[in-house]
Amino acid sequence: MATTIEEKEVTVFGEEEAKQLVNELRVAYDSGRTRSYSWRVAQLKNILRMCDDSEKEVVEALHKDLAKPELESTLYERDNTGGRQLANIGVLYLMKWGDAVVGSALQLGMIKNACKVALKELKNWIRPEKAKTSLTTFPSSAEIVSEPFGVILIISAWNYPFLLSIDPVIGAIAAGNAVLLKPSELAPASSSLLAKLFAQYLDTCSIKVVEGAVSETSALLEQKWDKIMYTGNGRVGRIVMAAAAKHLTPVIMELGGKCPVVVDSDINLQVAVRRLIAGKWGCNNGQACISPDYILTTKDYAPKLVDALKTELEKFYGKNQLESKDLSRIVNSNHFARLSKLLEDEKVSGKIVYGGERDKDKLRIAPTILLDVLRDSLIMNEEIFGPLLPILTLNNIDESFNVINSGTKPLAAYIFTNNKKLKEKFVMSVSAGGIVINDTTIHMAVHTVPFGGVGESGMGSYHGKFSFDAFSHKKAVVYRSFTGDAALRYPPYTGFKLRMMKALMGGSFLAILRALFGGSKS
Amino acid sequence: MVKQLRQSFKSGKTKSYQWRVSQLKGIAKMVEERESDIVQALYQDLSKPPLEAFVAEISMAKSSCREAIEGLQDWMKPEKAKTGISTYPSTAEIVSDPLGVVLVISTWNFPFSGNAVVLKPSEIAPATSSLLSKLVKDYLDDSAVKVVEGAIPETSALLDQQWDKILYTGSARVGRIVMAAAAKHLTPVVLELGGKCPAVVDSNVNLEVAVRRIIAGKWQCNNGQACIGVDYIITTKDFAPKLIEGLRKGIEEFFGKDPMESKDISRIVSPAQFKRLVGLLDEDNVSDKLVLGGRRDSTRLKIDPTIVLDPPQESQIMQEEIFGPLLPIVTVGNLKESFQVINSKPKPLAAYLFTEDEQLKQDFVENVPSGGMSINDTILHVTVHTMPFGGVGESGMGSYHGKFSFDAFSHKKSVLYRSFSGDASLRYPPYTPKKQMVMKGLMNGGLPGMLLALLGWSSHNSGTKS
Repeated sequence: MATTIEEKEVTVFGEEEAKQLVNELRVAYDSGRTRSYSWRVAQLKNILRMCDDSEKEVVEALHKDLAKPELESTLYERDNTGGRQLANIGVLYLMKWGDAVVGSALQLGMIKNACKVALKELKNWIRPEKAKTSLTTFPSSAEIVSEPFGVILIISAWNYPFLLSIDPVIGAIAAGNAVLLKPSELAPASSSLLAKLFAQYLDTCSIKVVEGAVSETSALLEQKWDKIMYTGNGRVGRIVMAAAAKHLTPVIMELGGKCPVVVDSDINLQVAVRRLIAGKWGCNNGQACISPDYILTTKDYAPKLVDALKTELEKFYGKNQLESKDLSRIVNSNHFARLSKLLEDEKVSGKIVYGGERDKDKLRIAPTILLDVLRDSLIMNEEIFGPLLPILTLNNIDESFNVINSGTKPLAAYIFTNNKKLKEKFVMSVSAGGIVINDTTIHMAVHTVPFGGVGESGMGSYHGKFSFDAFSHKKAVVYRSFTGDAALRYPPYTGFKLRMMKALMGGSFLAILRALFGGSKS
Repeated sequence: MVKQLRQSFKSGKTKSYQWRVSQLKGIAKMVEERESDIVQALYQDLSKPPLEAFVAEISMAKSSCREAIEGLQDWMKPEKAKTGISTYPSTAEIVSDPLGVVLVISTWNFPFSGNAVVLKPSEIAPATSSLLSKLVKDYLDDSAVKVVEGAIPETSALLDQQWDKILYTGSARVGRIVMAAAAKHLTPVVLELGGKCPAVVDSNVNLEVAVRRIIAGKWQCNNGQACIGVDYIITTKDFAPKLIEGLRKGIEEFFGKDPMESKDISRIVSPAQFKRLVGLLDEDNVSDKLVLGGRRDSTRLKIDPTIVLDPPQESQIMQEEIFGPLLPIVTVGNLKESFQVINSKPKPLAAYLFTEDEQLKQDFVENVPSGGMSINDTILHVTVHTMPFGGVGESGMGSYHGKFSFDAFSHKKSVLYRSFSGDASLRYPPYTPKKQMVMKGLMNGGLPGMLLALLGWSSHNSGTKS
């Protein structure tokens, strides 16, 4: 189904409205309410409740927006048994394996996990971090205090509309900020549900949702925010950062790129292929920022790889993959047209070895594999973000480094190999947001590592404590007493003082002692 | 030039531990051997007293190098991260990758996190700039570390290029220009800007010590021309006369009866800045609030340590960063009112409080946003290299010093390692009703079933049920 812009009663949202919104949020923040531990805990708990209560509605919204596989929702029929904890872990386990369950369960599961981690750790995160001081500032004590930035703008994306909206909001709340969420208009049912749920469950003075498209977003970007987080593409990322520059607003940008997968020989091919499929077609049918984009393998190994892919794809999605209910559709006709163009490119004619079927009315494209694609074809020059998988063949697996490094830095890079040296070389020489060895996409679920891009794939990171840090200013504070004042520090500067200062800085212990406790003047 | 640096970076030479250490040692050597040249250049540019030059610049550079050399091996090591049961079996780590080619505008602090560097010193301190250019060529690897001298056109040309990171130290106005240029290439930035750094002074302090530390943080810092120098003071109406008298005495003690003749105080950096400062002082409603100093010498570019009492909030001297030897004192009825005064202005790079009142200290730290703070002293927090140095809001973004410098110029890359064992078919389609049952069983509390599933031993080939 084609994209529809949400039709409500037409309230023109322009500069004035944007300004007013920011002011309201600023007043709320200045009142101090968002800084209290109890406020933060209450909001996080409300988000948990919100997730629990709204599963069905979330499923419906996702289905409307993206026709995500339905099955996942039934998996998520949780009841109030004592198995709750285990159920959480169970669902989490499923989700964290980056499985093809892309619907509400994945997103809600991850959101709830983020809340729980934050609730558990919040006191630790908020506590100032003591810092060691040295002799030169003796006597003193020092600490790094985490201070909220103030009012945050979060601009989210359409492909995981709940996860990519609420996960950052959790970070902003945990850090004590007021926040405005602008969900993507390309997932209008989800956007509208988010607005409804936030108003119902959260503190509406300090946490707001604005729905809208380009003009609304532009109006918002004109305002002064204390931090902006944007998830999306590089083109709009530049616009966001340029707008932020006018107000010296720091930004986090979660963008994209072409995530390469290097496939070595001498691996457990079946497992590798299954993980590849899960990360590609199991993730919104390739429409995910960390989905494998293209494969690099040797000419020798390619036939085996292609065969294995065909076998497993059929096992997973059956014979009529265009109709499979376990695959998401393409989000809208623009993207459908874009992907079709990639397939119609002259340079790839004859290279399709699997799939290629399309249904324009239903916006569906079957899992498609292209073999021996040339580096200058269209499909190799933009992030695919769809169910097409090009395979580039090389004479030698080491050539993959050149290919990868000749492009812009991707959000993720993957390699399947048992060769220790190759693993090391990959980690050392491939610059990417994150790297996974022998799997795809799951690093997203490990909250003890930062999730973010580098270069064209973005700046800044979040997840777990990194979310809290992303939305906090780390303020250095030193405490001194009035004792221990060294005359050395002050003019008039005699030759003697200069010599003493040098001795001090040079670390001569005796000189230091003399200087430090110098009650006597020079 | 950027192309050439990129090639140098791609060659991999800047990534090696040996190269980094050699450059750091080169800097340390340079600063050590050429100390007198450096001091001389600083004197030429700023009439900076040798001791101030030594403490503020040479010694800091040396200790930064030493710190980096000592810490480097640790900093370069990947940081292990815990993985949970949910991605079992796996291990994870965070690897620090150099970003590539970085541009540093206006500071001494060379990135040593394996990047190739272009340094663009400030043209306003020309002797230092040209000395730096010469020294870097002599002491460092000039295929990977370069100095470009110049003013606006050169800087603009540099900013048009694609860098992997830019660190800019300077004004908020230019900071916006730098960030806008960086946005075109999605280049992350560290901006060290300024602001009006307030010092709040309570009446219960050891006045003599407080005064000395305030003077040290104002006139001993390049004569007020420092981003973290004390910009203005807030104190109670009652205490102000005592404070002013204390400052007067302290200034005389340190700089003599005629501070303009003192060798222990820097001059104003340029005629343009001199003119600006005189303008601040001579504004209507400010000039009549003078309580100390005020003399100026345009040939020698010197202005006395000057104090004005309660200039109007709308006057320029209370609106812009002073960056000079003029010190406004703002009086309030009750010290708590100072928070509002400070928070009504853009967030400063540093804020200071002198008090013995523990509650006031706590309130200050909690309710005054700023880059960093010192309680009962000035400037000091920036010398503690176990803490980040940077601004917030108008005073900047990002930070550096110590390991934070290393981190500022590194990309923290997550790396997750998995093995081929432990693969659960549950993860994969088709999502049959049977799988659904298994998953429900899993979720309804079957711990054994869950464990089995985790280890990849429950599969869709049987109705294994918990």
